[in-house]
Amino acid sequence: MTAYLEISRLEKSFGTVRVVRDFTLAIDRGEFVSLLGPSGCGKTTVLRIIAGFEALTGGAIRIEAQDVTRLRPSQRNIGMVFQSYALFPNLTVAQNVGFGLRVKGAPRGEIDARVAEMLALIGLPDLGSRYPYQLSGGQQQRVALARALAPRPRMLLLDEPLSALDAKVRVSLRNEIRAIQRELGITTIFVTHDQEEALSMSDRIVVMNGGIAEQVGTPFEVYNRPATRFVANFVGSLNTFEARVEDPAAGRVAVAGTALQLAGPLDAARGAALGLALRPEAVHLGRQPGREIVLPGRIEEVAFHGSVIRLRVAAGGAQVALDTFNRPDTPPPPIGASTEISFSARDVIVLGA
Amino acid sequence: MMRILAWAAFLLGSLIFVAPLLGMTEFSLSMRRGVYSLDAYRSVLADPQFQETFLYSVVMALFTIVFGVMLVVPTAYWVRLRMPGLRPVVEFLTLLPLVIPAIVLVFGYIRLYNTSSFLPLTGSATGTNILLMFGYATLSLPYMYRAVDTGLRTIDVGTLTEAAQSLGAGWVTILARVILPNILVAVLSGAFLTFAIVMGEFTMAALLNRPAFGPYLQIVGANKAYEPAALAVIAFGITWACMGLIQLVTRLSPHMRASR
Repeated sequence: MTAYLEISRLEKSFGTVRVVRDFTLAIDRGEFVSLLGPSGCGKTTVLRIIAGFEALTGGAIRIEAQDVTRLRPSQRNIGMVFQSYALFPNLTVAQNVGFGLRVKGAPRGEIDARVAEMLALIGLPDLGSRYPYQLSGGQQQRVALARALAPRPRMLLLDEPLSALDAKVRVSLRNEIRAIQRELGITTIFVTHDQEEALSMSDRIVVMNGGIAEQVGTPFEVYNRPATRFVANFVGSLNTFEARVEDPAAGRVAVAGTALQLAGPLDAARGAALGLALRPEAVHLGRQPGREIVLPGRIEEVAFHGSVIRLRVAAGGAQVALDTFNRPDTPPPPIGASTEISFSARDVIVLGA
Repeated sequence: MMRILAWAAFLLGSLIFVAPLLGMTEFSLSMRRGVYSLDAYRSVLADPQFQETFLYSVVMALFTIVFGVMLVVPTAYWVRLRMPGLRPVVEFLTLLPLVIPAIVLVFGYIRLYNTSSFLPLTGSATGTNILLMFGYATLSLPYMYRAVDTGLRTIDVGTLTEAAQSLGAGWVTILARVILPNILVAVLSGAFLTFAIVMGEFTMAALLNRPAFGPYLQIVGANKAYEPAALAVIAFGITWACMGLIQLVTRLSPHMRASR
C-alpha cells in the first residue's frame, strides 16, 4: 500500500549550504507526524518545501500518489498554520475563516455554513465578527487553525504554532489541536523544537539534525530506544557515562572501575570506549528490587519541582540526575549525604563511542 | 528651562507657518474696499477657465493616482517579498525625480515621444494627456513609493502572502484582498500627496500645452490681484481636506484601530 504522503530523497541547498540532505519520509493517511529538532536543523525548510514555499534542489513529493513537486502553493490544497498566526488584519474572524472558500468561489451559503462549523469546532462560535487584534494569542491561533481547515485541505502543516503562546495556553491548545486532528482524521505534520510537544501529540516523530532525519519512530521508540547519540541527548533528559568494554559477548563493561553487566551482547571491541545513558526516571535512590546495578554516590543538588524532586548525585564518575516523587511525609535527602543509586541493565541505553 | 525653550520654538514655528496664511486669507477677503467679502472667491469660482482647468487637473490626478498605485504597490511588494537586496537600488531610482528637474523630464519626454518618434504620443490630445500622466506619476514617485514601502513595513508581507497562497489565492487576489487593504492608509497618503502635486504642477502641463490648474494659477497670478490669494486658500483647503480624509479613513477602518 502506498503512503498518503511520500517524500523521496529531498535535497535543499541555500547557496553552498545543504540544509536538507537525502530526506525520505512516508506518512499514512490520518497520521500526526512531528518534525523535531534544534534551530537550523532543516525541519521548517522541509515543511515549507511540502507547502510549496521553497523550491527543492532534488527529490520528489507525492500526495495520494500525485506528484506535487512542481505545483504552486495555491494549487496543492494544503492547509498551513504559522507561528505568527498570520491572520489577515483587515478581515473579521469569520472572513478569515471563509477566505479559502471565497477564493475557490464557493457559494455564500456554503461559506457561511462552513465558517459556523469551523468556529464551533475551535470553540469560538460567537467571535465571528471580531477582528484579529481583538483576540488573545490562543484565540488567534485557533482561528488560524479553523482558517486552514475550512477549505478541506488534503493535509495540514503546523509550523511551530504554539511557540508564541504562554505555557498554560500552549498545553491546552496542543490538546485541542490533537483532538481536532483526530476528529477530522486529517494527515498532519507538526514542526516543533519542543520535545514535550512532539512526544505528547505525535503518532510518530522525525528527529532531525543537520538536515537529515536521525530517527523516525513512535514517541515511545524515540524516547526509549534512541538510534543515535544526538537523539538520546536531544529527546528528554539524559545521564551519560563513559564506559570501557570488558567482554563484548557477555555485555560486560566497566564504569569508573565498577563492573556493570548489561542486558545483551555489545557490538564493540574489547577495551573500546562506549557511551552509556540512563533516563532520570530509570535511576532510583537507594537499593530497589529489580534494579540489579548499584553504585555508591553523594547528593550534590536537590531541586524541588512540586510533584517531582530532581536530585543530582555524584556516582560512577559522573553527575547523575534522578527523579523521585514528592511525598509529604518524606523530606528530600540533605545535600552532601552519602547514598546509593540503583538501576536496571535493561534501562541502559548504549550510545556507541 | 527646556520646557520654555520648547514652547518658544513651537510658537515661533507656528507664527512662521500661520502668519502668512492668515495674511493671505485676509488679503483674499479684501477685494471690496473697506469690508471683508467673498468677492475674490466668487470671481474665481465663476470663471469658466477655473472650472475647466480644475476639473482637468482633478481627472488627471485621479488617473495618476490609479496608475501610480498600480505601478508602485506591486513593485514595492515584490521588492520586499522576493528581492530585498534590490531595495537600495529601487529606492535610489524612485528618488531621481527629486534631483532631475521637471523641465528636463518633460523635454526628454517631448524628444522621445514627439510626432516623428516611434511612439508619437504628442500627436494627439489623448496621447499628450497620457504622457502628462506618466510625467505626474514620475514626479510623485518618491512620495508614493516611500508611503507604500512604509505601509508594507508595518505588516508581515511574507507570512501573509504565504497564508493566502496556502488558501489557494493567486497573486492578484493576494494584492487586492490582503496586501492593499492592509496598507490602505499608506496608499492614501501617497495618493493625496500625488493629488496635491498634480494640482499644483506647472512646468510639465505648460510645456505640453495642456489646460491644467497649475498654468491657470500662473496666468491668474500674473494678471489679477485678489483672485490668486483666493486660489491659494482654495488649494490649501484642498490639501487640508485630503489630510482630513486620511484621518477619517483611518478612523473608519476597524482593523486599523489596532495599530493606533
